[in-house]
Amino acid sequence: MMRTELIAIGTSLGGLNALLSVVRQLPRDLSVPLVIVQHRGVSQDTSLVDLLQQNTALAVIEAEDKTPLKPGVVFVAPPDYHLLVEDRQSLALSTDAPVRSARPSIDVLFESAADAYGDAVVAVLLTGASADGAAGLARVKLRGGRAIVQDPATAECATMPAAGIAATAVDYVLPLERIGEHLLSLVDGTRV
Amino acid sequence: MAVSVNRRGAPADPESVEALELELLLEAIYRHYGYDFRGYARTSIRRRIAKVMRDEQLSTISGLQDRVLHDASAWDRFLQGISVNVSAMFRDPHFFLAFRRLAIPLLRTYPFLRIWQAGCSLGEEAYSLAILLEEEGLYDRSLIYATDINEGTLRQAREAIFPADLMQKYTQNYLLSGGRRSFSEYYTARYEYAVMRPSLKRNIVFSQHNLVSDGAFNEFNVIMCRNVMIYFNRELQERTHALFYSSLATFGILGLGAKESLRLLPQESLYEPLETGEKLYRRIA
Repeated sequence: MMRTELIAIGTSLGGLNALLSVVRQLPRDLSVPLVIVQHRGVSQDTSLVDLLQQNTALAVIEAEDKTPLKPGVVFVAPPDYHLLVEDRQSLALSTDAPVRSARPSIDVLFESAADAYGDAVVAVLLTGASADGAAGLARVKLRGGRAIVQDPATAECATMPAAGIAATAVDYVLPLERIGEHLLSLVDGTRV
Repeated sequence: MAVSVNRRGAPADPESVEALELELLLEAIYRHYGYDFRGYARTSIRRRIAKVMRDEQLSTISGLQDRVLHDASAWDRFLQGISVNVSAMFRDPHFFLAFRRLAIPLLRTYPFLRIWQAGCSLGEEAYSLAILLEEEGLYDRSLIYATDINEGTLRQAREAIFPADLMQKYTQNYLLSGGRRSFSEYYTARYEYAVMRPSLKRNIVFSQHNLVSDGAFNEFNVIMCRNVMIYFNRELQERTHALFYSSLATFGILGLGAKESLRLLPQESLYEPLETGEKLYRRIA
């Protein structure tokens, strides 16, 4: 049976509502870490953390250098840094050049998550206005992980989910309100 | 399809082969060229190596090792691709604002300031510091040692030429950092380039220093090393912090990147933050 040990979510600047909808569906005792990249303006403060925290029972923190991964915690990429999964213990940051004009980049998160966790990662690509995340999703699939994409028909902006679907054989294309439930069944092993 | 098999008879994991190739490459570079990247955090260096491989049109790290060991120009390109950090003038403007507000009053009490900007890359932060010190009236009694591992990068840093299209962003950062003049006073635009005012260089010494292998070379009142150690593993971070501690005068100031901290390091208790939340620390022991 495939085990799920990490959830990674990517969305672009307009994806806040989608993100809030997903984290609202997750229980306090989530047994895996959740890592999020949302494209943000450089000058934005930490209000994304506050907004998420107000909408979830999980602890939400902004990742710092080598922040240890913990189950039941939501880790958010800080503005103007790439967020990477260093290994199964910790996260890492980089100030390398933007990827597809984005820093943080969803591709960077997904690719590093796939390299560190192999088939134990579930990547989720939500609404967004660029193709960032598509290559990362393909890497996740290549390493045996699973890919969930928000149904483009229900996304505020279909570009990002459509690019994800075009890039690889995604496992589930779902409306927003069913993504949380699917994640949970993947985590508790009732769905593979 | 043929499946490669290791000695125990199980299918070889391509990932672990690649991990092995990476370790061998870093070891080979260390032994042959003396540059020690073995203590770098693996995820970022893997991304950079993957980029170099695409540029060199190579499909394996072993292939890259072969080329880098036998072709001096490939080695130069490799070093450039692996070691260049991306920064900006007045990156994280609030840091420079805090530096003006919290560090400058302390630094005024010294007759002479020695500043080490470690991992200076193209000099963005060294020039930012020079501008800040000039506006605070301290630049003529300051000396900024801006060091980097990469001689090619240092050559560029000394030239002080930046793409003109960055100036809008830098101007914005400068103003947010508490800049008191017009940022355009500090550079001359020439076509698509901006050349920094030569007088800014008068008290900057750009020189080669490798944080991994070189030791202390002076005693400093300020050490700035922002977003460089995020590329290091824990062990190398600890060693680098030991070097900074031994290079910093008592009550000297250490500046780190916005998402770095001294937490859980052996040196944690030897510093105090100038203000909670700011990445500016003072050596107190």
